[in-house]
Amino acid sequence: MSELVNGKGLALIPKAEGKQTLKDFKSDQEVRWCPGCGDYAILAAVQSFLPELGLRRENIVFVSGIGCSSRFPYYLDTYGFHSIHGRAPAIATGLAASRPDLSVWVITGDGDALSIGGNHLIHALRRNVNLNILLFNNRIYGLTKGQYSPTSEIGKITKSTPMGSLDKPFNPISLALGAEASFVARTIDSDRKHLQSVLREATAHRGTSLVEIYQNCNIFNDNAFEQLKDPEVRDDITLRLEHGQPIVSASKAVVRAASGGIEVVPLAEAGDRVLVHDAHNPDPSVAFALSRLDEPAFEHVPIGIFRQVDRPAYDTLMAEQLEEAVAQKGPGDLSDLLMGGDTWRIG
Amino acid sequence: MTKQVQQLDRVIIRFAGDSGDGMQLTGDRFTAGTAEFGNDLSTLPNFPAEIRAPAGTLPGVSSFQLHFADHDILTPGDAPNVLVAMNPAALKANLGDLPKGADIIANTDEFTKRNLQKVGYDASPLEDDSLGEWRVHAVPLTSLTVKALEGFELSKKDAERSKNMFALGLLSWLYHRPTEHTITFLEQKFAKKPEIAKANIAAFQAGWNYGETTESFSVSYEVKPAKLAPGVYRNISGNQALAYGLIAAGVQAKLPLFLGSYPITPASDILHELSRHKRFGIRTFQAEDEIAGVGAALGAAFGGALGVTTTSGPGVALKAETIGLAVMTELPLILVDVQRAGPSTGMPTKTEQTDLLMAMFGRNGESPVPIVAPSTPSDCFDAAIEAARIAVKYRTPVYLLSDGYLANGSEPWRLPEVSDLPDISTEFATVTDEEFLPYKRDAETLARPWAIPGTAGLEHRIGGIEKADGSGNISYDPNNHDRMVRLRQAKIDGIDVPDLEVDDPTGDARVLVLGWGSTYGPIAAAVRRIRKAGGKVAQAHLRHLNPLPANTGDVLKSYDKVLLPEINLGQLALLLRARFLVDIISYNRVRGLPFKAEELAGVIQDVIDSE
Repeated sequence: MSELVNGKGLALIPKAEGKQTLKDFKSDQEVRWCPGCGDYAILAAVQSFLPELGLRRENIVFVSGIGCSSRFPYYLDTYGFHSIHGRAPAIATGLAASRPDLSVWVITGDGDALSIGGNHLIHALRRNVNLNILLFNNRIYGLTKGQYSPTSEIGKITKSTPMGSLDKPFNPISLALGAEASFVARTIDSDRKHLQSVLREATAHRGTSLVEIYQNCNIFNDNAFEQLKDPEVRDDITLRLEHGQPIVSASKAVVRAASGGIEVVPLAEAGDRVLVHDAHNPDPSVAFALSRLDEPAFEHVPIGIFRQVDRPAYDTLMAEQLEEAVAQKGPGDLSDLLMGGDTWRIG
Repeated sequence: MTKQVQQLDRVIIRFAGDSGDGMQLTGDRFTAGTAEFGNDLSTLPNFPAEIRAPAGTLPGVSSFQLHFADHDILTPGDAPNVLVAMNPAALKANLGDLPKGADIIANTDEFTKRNLQKVGYDASPLEDDSLGEWRVHAVPLTSLTVKALEGFELSKKDAERSKNMFALGLLSWLYHRPTEHTITFLEQKFAKKPEIAKANIAAFQAGWNYGETTESFSVSYEVKPAKLAPGVYRNISGNQALAYGLIAAGVQAKLPLFLGSYPITPASDILHELSRHKRFGIRTFQAEDEIAGVGAALGAAFGGALGVTTTSGPGVALKAETIGLAVMTELPLILVDVQRAGPSTGMPTKTEQTDLLMAMFGRNGESPVPIVAPSTPSDCFDAAIEAARIAVKYRTPVYLLSDGYLANGSEPWRLPEVSDLPDISTEFATVTDEEFLPYKRDAETLARPWAIPGTAGLEHRIGGIEKADGSGNISYDPNNHDRMVRLRQAKIDGIDVPDLEVDDPTGDARVLVLGWGSTYGPIAAAVRRIRKAGGKVAQAHLRHLNPLPANTGDVLKSYDKVLLPEINLGQLALLLRARFLVDIISYNRVRGLPFKAEELAGVIQDVIDSE
């Protein structure tokens, strides 16, 4: 735990009286995802995590866009806003910027966040609005029934790409780091413990936290993340990112390359060259290099918090300007405002 | 030499020059002096969209027209009595609007061979007899200014830049304007550059003295102060009045104002103005695009703020989907559309009334949105409060349809007493013994509860998917959808709007002139002309376009003929014909400019005569 992770992200949000349980966060709505969808695991993980925060339920808001994942808010007994395609970060920005007392979550998918809503996502990240953005990445369009998405691999055969997709995919982590996000992490739907550990840090972070969650769509893109779940290979290809710890898998290690970048070498050959993860490094270049390690396929996949740096949240800066304006000139008076400027009297 | 002083009841001046000549500033200062003097006035700035079009060309001409009078006036005037032309392009671009006999004050220094060629003059019109029907005052404004500033340590270029102040001084002399304000203004504007301040003041005074001494001007003119209603006045533009109206709406609604906006001509000044008033607790958010602007405003509204977005036509097109979401989620939201000439980018700095049907219907599904349209620059203040009242009371997005003419035009505004402003506050939902139903409607207004996050016991989910009546749960039930579509429509149809008032002094006019929005001034001025000449005509002006006042149909049907001038191809006429089966006579011009009173008087007279 660093000095950054001290509950600062939750400091302005009223605390609940008494202990909460998972049941407190379950709404009365019937969950309607396909049987076997990774969204169930994420929902269960979030529902069982929220009581741990001890926040007043009424001060938690889930905002979503459009897509399978965006049904999420209906299933939580908090405030919720199921909005329109791609616009959740914009709507959540208005809410979070004007209500620092709320814990605002954005639930989005790879199509919602990176295609139609790409612009809003990068601008929320650069502004550092106080949001927890959970990006469910299943590398496919589910709700529209199986077209390729902006995270689908090149050559993906889908209904809209019978000869294979041509687009180079976005790497959401690289994109977020490029937008200078202050908190960027990746986790996976099937690993509840890890998912919750990332959520813990994300909620403690004040500002925008972007959490990419690899999520399986068992209907249109089943087993997209199979290697990361297969006990035979997963420990070899998963590079755990933990601040202050060496970046290694069961058999591999990340080291500085002679070129100045980083590379993955067999653990046995790494010796004392193993890179120690520094999520708090103000220079994002190593985090960015780490985000590129899984290109093009899942040879070695960093999982965990890539970057976590302290930067003032947008709503804080906005509120400070209002306070400063009042401190300088006093609170606004409508009569004075109207009478300002050149006036003259008749009669 | 004692010069003759002639009394006039009204004057229209147009300052015209290159974009870089400072014509807007010159016009603003003349207006300020005129306001201070106590004339009624109305202004019409007209400038290119380009920041600096090539110097000396026709596209680069920027102008500012001011109408001032000893009585109340309604428009910036049809045709200038005086044109100040700072270069050949300004003369050429404006001569067509100038009636014969009008004065032309031309800056001869700029009538060089090169500048004349730029705009297609073979010979200088100041030297051939092509301007014989006007009264031309050829004044070397630039060289007189440079000469007046000889004692200052200025580059020639800096000295030349003061020529607009020389012109202002000359016109101030010509019309007996007070000078103190302009001097104070220049001292403040150039407080950090005292030498420039002094030079500008010297140029201004030199212009005044030139008028006093030159033989080129033998007469000066007086326009007595107007007899306006008692009160405190200030000069205000539509955009500023609209911004003040939004601030007042926040205060009167007891809600924090949240503006989500993206810069766009001619609406940006509202964003600029509101961002200066943070001490009212106003949050202004310059979004990444138009969609995020309205999205953030809607998100803030969900959180209990008075959400506002400001834009113009192209921005409205982008916001349409979010406005639909606001209709579905039934949250208060103010949508300011400062209309401009379209389609597409159109003519960003020119005015039009062409977004009415977009405001009415420009969304998918049955998606009714109330529409309020201000009629004059100062009316933008009251219209903004009215839009907010409807939004808050009925929990709905509301369109406020201003336009470029109102936005940039200005007039004296009699300041309201703050204590007279309406209380438009509302109550957020609170926990009661009954089960909380997010879509349970108020019996009178049909508004649903505004339950904001942070309220324990009212946790609920809203969104764009059809809602079950009452519970707000997702519903695909056919009958529920039919009911909800009708309920949303009924809520808007039931909004309390005042009756349409008809101005018909003799009570027996057979022709009604109807208008909406910014055409009020030209229509009212035209109606005056008709009545002055002994004609009979009734006038009515719609402020609420949706829903229409309950008596609209009765009013329309009680006249033999209804004339409806619009700066579009008949958008309101289409709505009224469909709704009331009244054969409205449309008069339409889409030139990017407001109607002229004389033009409309002719049209009205034709309709009367055709009876």
